[in-house]
Amino acid sequence: MSTNPPSPSDPASGPQIGADEWVRRSGERNTGPGGVVGFLQRVADRTPHILLLVAFLGFACAIPFLTTNVYVVGVATDTMLYVLLAVGLNVAVGWAGMLDLGYVIFYGFAAYLFAELSSAHYGIHWATWQSVPLVIAATIGLGFLLSLPSLRLSGDYFAIVMLFFLQIFNNFTANGYTWDWFGLGHPHDITGGPTGITNIDPWRLFGHALNPNKPQDYLWIASAGVFVIVILLASVNKSRTGRAWRALREDPLAANLMGMPVKWLGLLAIAVGAGVAGFAGTVNASYYQGVFPDAFTLQLLILIYAMVILGGAGSLGGVIFGAVAINVLLEVLTTPNHARWVFYAAVLLGLLAKVRPWKVLAAVLAGLVGFGLAMHAIAAAISARWVDGPIAVGPTAFSTHGFFATLIRHWVVLPKGTYEVSNYKPGNYAFVIVIAMVLTCTVLKGWKRYVLLVPTIWLGAFVWETDLVNQAATTRYLLVGALLITLMATRPNGLFGQQRVEIV
Amino acid sequence: MSEQAADRKPLLELQKVSKSFGGLNVIDDLDIHVNEHEIVSVIGPNGAGKTTLFNLITGVYRPDGGDILLDGQSLIGLRPHKITERGVARTFQTLRLFLNMTVKENVMAAQYVRTKATIVEQSLQLPRARREEREMNAFAEEKLGFFGERLMGYRWNQPAYSLSYANRRRLEIARATATRPRILLLDEPAAGMNPVETHEITELIGKLREEGGFTILLIEHDMHVVEGISDRVVALDHGVKIAEGSFDAVATDPRVVEAYLGASATKTK
Repeated sequence: MSTNPPSPSDPASGPQIGADEWVRRSGERNTGPGGVVGFLQRVADRTPHILLLVAFLGFACAIPFLTTNVYVVGVATDTMLYVLLAVGLNVAVGWAGMLDLGYVIFYGFAAYLFAELSSAHYGIHWATWQSVPLVIAATIGLGFLLSLPSLRLSGDYFAIVMLFFLQIFNNFTANGYTWDWFGLGHPHDITGGPTGITNIDPWRLFGHALNPNKPQDYLWIASAGVFVIVILLASVNKSRTGRAWRALREDPLAANLMGMPVKWLGLLAIAVGAGVAGFAGTVNASYYQGVFPDAFTLQLLILIYAMVILGGAGSLGGVIFGAVAINVLLEVLTTPNHARWVFYAAVLLGLLAKVRPWKVLAAVLAGLVGFGLAMHAIAAAISARWVDGPIAVGPTAFSTHGFFATLIRHWVVLPKGTYEVSNYKPGNYAFVIVIAMVLTCTVLKGWKRYVLLVPTIWLGAFVWETDLVNQAATTRYLLVGALLITLMATRPNGLFGQQRVEIV
Repeated sequence: MSEQAADRKPLLELQKVSKSFGGLNVIDDLDIHVNEHEIVSVIGPNGAGKTTLFNLITGVYRPDGGDILLDGQSLIGLRPHKITERGVARTFQTLRLFLNMTVKENVMAAQYVRTKATIVEQSLQLPRARREEREMNAFAEEKLGFFGERLMGYRWNQPAYSLSYANRRRLEIARATATRPRILLLDEPAAGMNPVETHEITELIGKLREEGGFTILLIEHDMHVVEGISDRVVALDHGVKIAEGSFDAVATDPRVVEAYLGASATKTK
């Protein structure tokens, strides 16, 4: 907005009703989020979006040159697949406002269809340039087909039907091999059952096979896909169909009465999203050299939804950020030492962001330090065994030295033998108490809450160090979930989502 | 004007239209016609069936009986967007703007029905998509310009929720006109407006006919508006037409007075 806007209305020309300064400024008051994210968003708004996209994808494609670590490149490739999925889901969920809970079907369907066309399962080995367009077209077709219930159902009811379709799909891929499809008296195996279809041909472009053991090939293919798809979708978004989708999200009845075929637009949104998932599915099948029924379940759907919602449904840049943030975070959290950083940083940032004024914040922090030291001293006075535990991470206990580890060992009580298998687990009991304390915290008001906050956080750290940090597989979802809840509480429209207003 | 208009063929014609909800006859055997270039006002106490009438014409509800003709062709059974395509556009008594879209987007979205570029053409930004986009933009600016300074300049890129109540009503009219209708159905355009704004909206409705060339069917409670612009007034009560004619004739009709004020009012008068 320019600093010197045109004068709302010349006072001489007529009455000033509805044209005053307050009304003129209401947009500025309402739309801009504050803080660091707001600053980032303003920077992003000023930079041409295509530059941001090129910078992001350029960095992603350069990762194989920056590191020789295959694991890192593999994570980058996975992340790029999630970016594709999030961008596709955003079409139906973010733009058209359709609750598409069957989205993962399209991903799985495309992966399976590609596998059937490029493996020894049926002995078909189509060329990539034939199979990929066919799979994408078939997935778009499936998108139209499965969204047909939206002609009759709306909102939650449609969502439940789509979820039902997802369960059918899961059942079909897992158990379909036992079904007698054609009445031949013996089962016909379409999907390979629980073991799926393996040994899928790699992508083959211009005579060059993309080696799945070198993830960079698939990273580049996925990045190229993101580039093309995001540009195409951004063009649609600023054209008539994109506007009609937004109108549909805002008010389906009004959109219909203003000449928009809302049912068709809904089918179209789901089908377009399905097409994006279809492309991702073909890359997925080749990259993992196999398709398996448990890869396309509700859990994946929830993960993609979390990415879209965290980034801000409706914002292309936002959902890309959400996909990268969540997938990278989940990977980081698989290593306990990294997870530990995330945990303490999250606790500290949460306190900094939420505890006001600063005097209370200082008191809570000082209380935390003091409480920990006091508990440590008490435990040490009772028995040395109680504070004798090593600061252990991973399968093997390691360094009890180092600055950070020393701090933790003198603040948290670490009983001896904490990490030994089948040992007495004080962490489990403490976990239950922590949950009760957190719930109490949400009920209490004023200073009582801050007083209770101190032991809660300390006991939380105790549970974390003695129990959770070693169970990365479950802990990481717990932590991401907690982060999501905190973020959504402070920013209901996602990090980069536009703040929306509903006034009746 | 009204005598000239009466000679013409009706643009919109309702023939013995009925609608009931669970045994309650909301519209009962109603005949209404609106001639080309005419402004017809529908008045009646709350619950008389005025908004239901609009919902029947625009296809939100399907009538139980009777026929609705636009230029001689039946609208019965058409879905709402098809009826809009035929040339019927409306505003809402309770505003239904696309609040989180910008002012200009609201108007451009309503041109969906008048544009043809497919999603493939849009995604590749092919010539037809680009040309239509330019035309939509220019047309939206023209339609917003209809309201003088109210919806111009910096307001174009503000979200619709930032507009004042009166400007929202104006934007709804702009959005309806952007579908390029032949007949405009305005549902209480002056509701919630102060006297100055009411006066302004009255002039605006006249201007919509004179400059925009629209035929207008109007629901309005404010008798100043009705008196100022109507060629003909139709009074409804309990879904039945109880009077029709010039404003003066309808306003003094004993049945209308009774409908608004009760039976005793007619006696004392």
